[in-house]
Amino acid sequence: MIGLEHYLVLAAILFSLAVAGIFLNRKNVIVLLMCIELMLLAVNFNFVAFSRFLGNLDGQVFVFFILTVAAAEAAIGLAILVVLFRNRRSIDVDELDVLKG
Amino acid sequence: MIEAGIFYLFATVLVGAAVGVISSRNPVHAALFLVLAFVTSAVLWILLEAEFLGIVLVLVYVGAVMVLFLFVVMMLNVNIEKMRVGFTRYAPLGIIVALAVAAEIGYVIWTRRGQLPEKQPLPADNYSNTEALGAVLYTDYVYAFELAAIILLVAIVAAIALTMRQRAGVKAQDISAQVATRRQDRVRLVSMDSEPRQ
Repeated sequence: MIGLEHYLVLAAILFSLAVAGIFLNRKNVIVLLMCIELMLLAVNFNFVAFSRFLGNLDGQVFVFFILTVAAAEAAIGLAILVVLFRNRRSIDVDELDVLKG
Repeated sequence: MIEAGIFYLFATVLVGAAVGVISSRNPVHAALFLVLAFVTSAVLWILLEAEFLGIVLVLVYVGAVMVLFLFVVMMLNVNIEKMRVGFTRYAPLGIIVALAVAAEIGYVIWTRRGQLPEKQPLPADNYSNTEALGAVLYTDYVYAFELAAIILLVAIVAAIALTMRQRAGVKAQDISAQVATRRQDRVRLVSMDSEPRQ
């Protein structure tokens, strides 16, 4: 029988993989954005699982709004990335040090 | 029993896809692994009887957000090999931090394992997840819903304003300037004496 703890452990594994991905791909901004999407997916997993097991729909409404905000975040983030690449010819995080002074 | 089989099958695929996202060499492969992760998550959400969100995840994420990701990845000509410098250097730190996060969350789940709620039965036989979600979304959460619409509008405006550029020296027709021109801008009447015949 699949209980709530199965879903919670799965979401925890997903979240920690995304954290590891942020450390591993710390130069490539595109993969960093993908890791953030993976983190949001893990959090949404927890919301959906708790919503189902508590018999309360509020969690699913919350997931709906997280999806909306994440879509807006991805659109603006990728737009910034395109402008960055147009100006610097690179998306390496290490080279983004113009504000260092 | 079937439920457990589906759960373990798709959970394995999901974890494998997540490993693929963080470890693949090519950003296009990472994006495609992320598509796989979203699709398997949608299956697991439908297994949790959250049918509407499962379909929305496929439509919005796989259909729109990941296509945008793939589009940007392919548009930017990124030097992959240069991006991999330092991958192995930071791998031990990343694995330690990930294990620490997993251990913390796992400890919390382990200490509460007897107190977690059991699965609630669905309210009715003809229960519709979409209908129930709509009933709360347009009543209790109507202001948050309208706020979400404004966030999406702001995102559209911001994305267009960031990426729009006007190139100088392009010989394209400006139709509105052509239509709005007046006679006195183009024609000049000159009065002069008549010239004698040669």
